Amino acid sequence: MKKAKASLAVLLSTSLLFGCAQENEGTKPADDKAKEKSVSKLDDVSREYREYAINEIEEFVQATEEFTTAVSAGDLEKAKEVYAPARMHYERAEPIAEVFGDLDPKIDAREGDVKDEEWGGYHRIEMGLWQENTTKGYEKYAKQLMSDVNLLRAKVETVDVTPDLLITGAVDLLNEVSTSKVTGEEDRYSHTDLYDFVANVEGAEKIFELLTPALKEKDAKLAEEIQQRFDEVYALLEKHKEGDGYISYTDLKKSEVKELSQAIDALAEPLSQIGIVTEES
Amino acid sequence: MKENTPSDETKLFTKKVSRRKMLKTAGVGGIGVVIGASGIGGLLTLSDSRAKGQTKDIVPFYGAHQAGITTETQDNLYFASLEVTTDKRSDLIQLFKDWTEAAAQMTAGNLVGEASLNANMPPKDTGEAKELSPSNLTITFGVGPTLFSKDGKDRFGLKSKKPAELNALPKFPMDALEDSWSGGDICIQACADDLQVAFHAVRNLVRIGRGKTIIHWAQTGFQRTKQADSGKTTPRNLFGFKDGTVNPDTNDGSEMNEHVWVKVGDGPDWLVGGSYMVVRRIQMYIEVWDRTILKEQENTFGRHRDSGAPLGMKNEFDRVDLEAKDSNGNQIIPENSHMSLSRGDGKAKILRRPYSYADGMDPKTGSFNAGLLFICFQRNPSKQFIPIQERLAKNDKLNEYIVHRGSAIFACLPGVKKGGYIGDSLFG
Repeated sequence: MKKAKASLAVLLSTSLLFGCAQENEGTKPADDKAKEKSVSKLDDVSREYREYAINEIEEFVQATEEFTTAVSAGDLEKAKEVYAPARMHYERAEPIAEVFGDLDPKIDAREGDVKDEEWGGYHRIEMGLWQENTTKGYEKYAKQLMSDVNLLRAKVETVDVTPDLLITGAVDLLNEVSTSKVTGEEDRYSHTDLYDFVANVEGAEKIFELLTPALKEKDAKLAEEIQQRFDEVYALLEKHKEGDGYISYTDLKKSEVKELSQAIDALAEPLSQIGIVTEES
Repeated sequence: MKENTPSDETKLFTKKVSRRKMLKTAGVGGIGVVIGASGIGGLLTLSDSRAKGQTKDIVPFYGAHQAGITTETQDNLYFASLEVTTDKRSDLIQLFKDWTEAAAQMTAGNLVGEASLNANMPPKDTGEAKELSPSNLTITFGVGPTLFSKDGKDRFGLKSKKPAELNALPKFPMDALEDSWSGGDICIQACADDLQVAFHAVRNLVRIGRGKTIIHWAQTGFQRTKQADSGKTTPRNLFGFKDGTVNPDTNDGSEMNEHVWVKVGDGPDWLVGGSYMVVRRIQMYIEVWDRTILKEQENTFGRHRDSGAPLGMKNEFDRVDLEAKDSNGNQIIPENSHMSLSRGDGKAKILRRPYSYADGMDPKTGSFNAGLLFICFQRNPSKQFIPIQERLAKNDKLNEYIVHRGSAIFACLPGVKKGGYIGDSLFG
């Protein structure tokens, strides 16, 4: 879960970003056309991203269905099996999912993030599955989770995806990795943090991928550098694969955690420059 | 200013945001709002200079030698040892170019990079040194042996350029070195009369290097401040003793040439005008020292604590007579005292530029985690630091109260002329 979501609120609207440049010295009509073109290009990107995110949330609904059904049916093994992969859909689409400040904590709060009596969602059930090794008593949390996730699916249709959201979203996803996944605090009972880690990186990469054509026009070298850093992060993650999934976070050596953390820093630094796509050529 | 000729080169480096550029970018990133509020005139005063009109407290960056070696010691240190993670030589060269530009800007009291008005990007400069004086900031770059070759691998085509003198220091008796405090491919020594300014410098350089380098270890250091000691007496270490009384005179060019700067014929030409830096992270057993009687403390150093005078003498700079005996025929300055062993025959001298450190508590023992980040410069480690340390490690009475936890050696690159970059003699 996100600690603070103020960044979205203070961002400028698209109209402010692109709308007032013509008031400045010497702007020619030709420039206006170029600008319009770049604005519409970014709007296209935003639309594509919206589709991607909604699709992930849709899959999240299905996976949550499978998860909560297993919990309600008392199928401990099944519930454990689907827990981490289900969460990946949410983690990929986090910039969109967490726009709903009331739902995000209900779905994704960790112990201590909210008052104990209000605490439910994935991590509450995670505690039951791994720490208490049971589904018993967690049926009500499963029911509530399913209903919250369904509500998220309905609400997500209303999200206005702006270029600002994309620009901050990519780095935010990696900041999530740096502040909670790297420390092993996200999935503190199941130690499946690497799944969330990977999903956040994939979500960031999707945004980068969509912005790449626009970015290449502004700074091809930067685009190339970012791609290379993504590759380096994936190469490190590859080492920790096990079967279809990833090893337990507790099996990582201290030096491997540091290595992952520094690779994320190395990626996020150039990625933080993608706001350059909003500049005039 | 010694070898670094003062000039206004640094000023030329100051980049102002041009009016044209300002207007061009003004519509983007929300600055339009600012225009509306304060008018263009307000915007035009924007520049990346930190504290306007500063010419005081600047140590020139360009010169025959890097600053931060023989220039006056500042109050604070932030030291970083880096590992290079890129395997591309071109990345490394570009990094030194970018670092040179940023270091020139910061030492002149300016912010890093051009001020950007795009609110959709993070600022180029991290901002915490804004409005602060240049604080005599110096930034000194060095390269370690592992940059030239690591595990037998010639990483950047530099192996043939490795100076014979640039090797990991030998293991000395009593060493308790930890890998996490030892070695490094590159070092950045930032010294300033303000710790925030020093930290800002290293932080921004590390940021520029992100993806190409990572921090291997880093340490803050301090001395008594100039404010606290306007008389500029010899600083005291955390054992309360004056440290550096017999340092060679940095104002004496010929002495610096003899002991500090690498000369033609000493080794590869690319290092001429540079210097070898030895760093030792020395933990001090503060609590043990505190319960040591004064006589023992003074015999350990070979000096009186309060005056700093050699034992048996009155004043700090009185002549040292290692042979002097008391009425019972005992040597007044013990042979195993720190001063006596450091001195040896008095021929090998090093330029010491150490800083104390205090890193909270040692969680294992509950004791202070404090000591000395010993830094020294020399022309020839095998004839200077190494034999001195061999004597100390074997017999120094001080060894009961200290332990060496970290060790590194770097070849500090020669100074840079405007238009060049730090390391150009090595890569060129």
